[in-house]
Amino acid sequence: MKSPEEIFELLKNEFGEAILGLDKETPTEPIISIDSMQIHLVGAFLRDNLELKFDSLMVLSGVDDANGTKTKDEDGADMISGGTLSVYYHLHSTNLKHKITLKVSTQRENPQIESVYNIWRTSDWHEREAFDLFGIIFLNHPDLRRILMPYDWEAGYPLRKDYKNPEFYKGMKVPY
Amino acid sequence: MGLLDKEFSDGNIVIAKVDDLMNWARLSSIWQLGFGLACCAIEMMATSASHYDFDRFGVIPRNTPRQADAIIISGTVTLKMATRIKRLYEQMPDPKYIISMGSCANCGGPYWEHGYHVLKGIDRVIPVDVYVPGCPPRPEALLEGLLKLQEKIRNESLRKKIT
Repeated sequence: MKSPEEIFELLKNEFGEAILGLDKETPTEPIISIDSMQIHLVGAFLRDNLELKFDSLMVLSGVDDANGTKTKDEDGADMISGGTLSVYYHLHSTNLKHKITLKVSTQRENPQIESVYNIWRTSDWHEREAFDLFGIIFLNHPDLRRILMPYDWEAGYPLRKDYKNPEFYKGMKVPY
Repeated sequence: MGLLDKEFSDGNIVIAKVDDLMNWARLSSIWQLGFGLACCAIEMMATSASHYDFDRFGVIPRNTPRQADAIIISGTVTLKMATRIKRLYEQMPDPKYIISMGSCANCGGPYWEHGYHVLKGIDRVIPVDVYVPGCPPRPEALLEGLLKLQEKIRNESLRKKIT
């Protein structure tokens, strides 16, 4: 069983610059921030290292940080430019009984994150969901298409804070 | 049913209008499309099971729209599902009836404002005969909805479907 500080030190020694920081001031578990292009390497290390053995990805979830500049368009609807989208990875070691949370942030305008599909197969549908609802592109995911919304949904990504629902979908009125 | 009281005292002969006979046949065996969407479907299954026994009204779930007379929209209709429901409805032979069960199918229910994925009422896609309110409606409510539908069918005429 390793404490978050020990896990952070192990990662820092192995990857250096790719490990961006450890946030302990969270109400839940401490969060380690990782570079978005290195997450698959860090993930493989976390799973295979004999002192860590993070064999289970409990959940992978997307978040719109909404920390860019907020403006109003001509209809008075919110628009956000700049800022970041984030993905959180909640890991658990069923063998060593410890947990850790990883965070990866990416640019809102071109959100790209390396997929961890080859490390934890759980992430297959979770990454598709984050893609579906936030538009985050997971590089090297084998089957990155929408999972919940219709395949031909063209109105954007519904859980982004500046999402605008369309008036019609295939002739069906969408608003109440 | 308004048929047996016209029986002659001897012999197995009943005199009836064709309208009454057809309506009686139709309303006594409303075969529903076996199909459920959300938590309302659990109540619908409870209604079909032995305690409430949908079958005593002649309601049997069928596995294909081509053999079904009625479709019970039992739950939240997403936009994705709505396209499929429309297609199923179009495959059913006339006469066909629709019971909209529960708040979601009636008007979007709790998803009416922020449900970006929910169709706000199945009547935007297909014509509904009976609306059953509730979230979800208890089996008794669904049974009453069915009785209302039977009442509606009883007053139909062969010349013209009552809408």
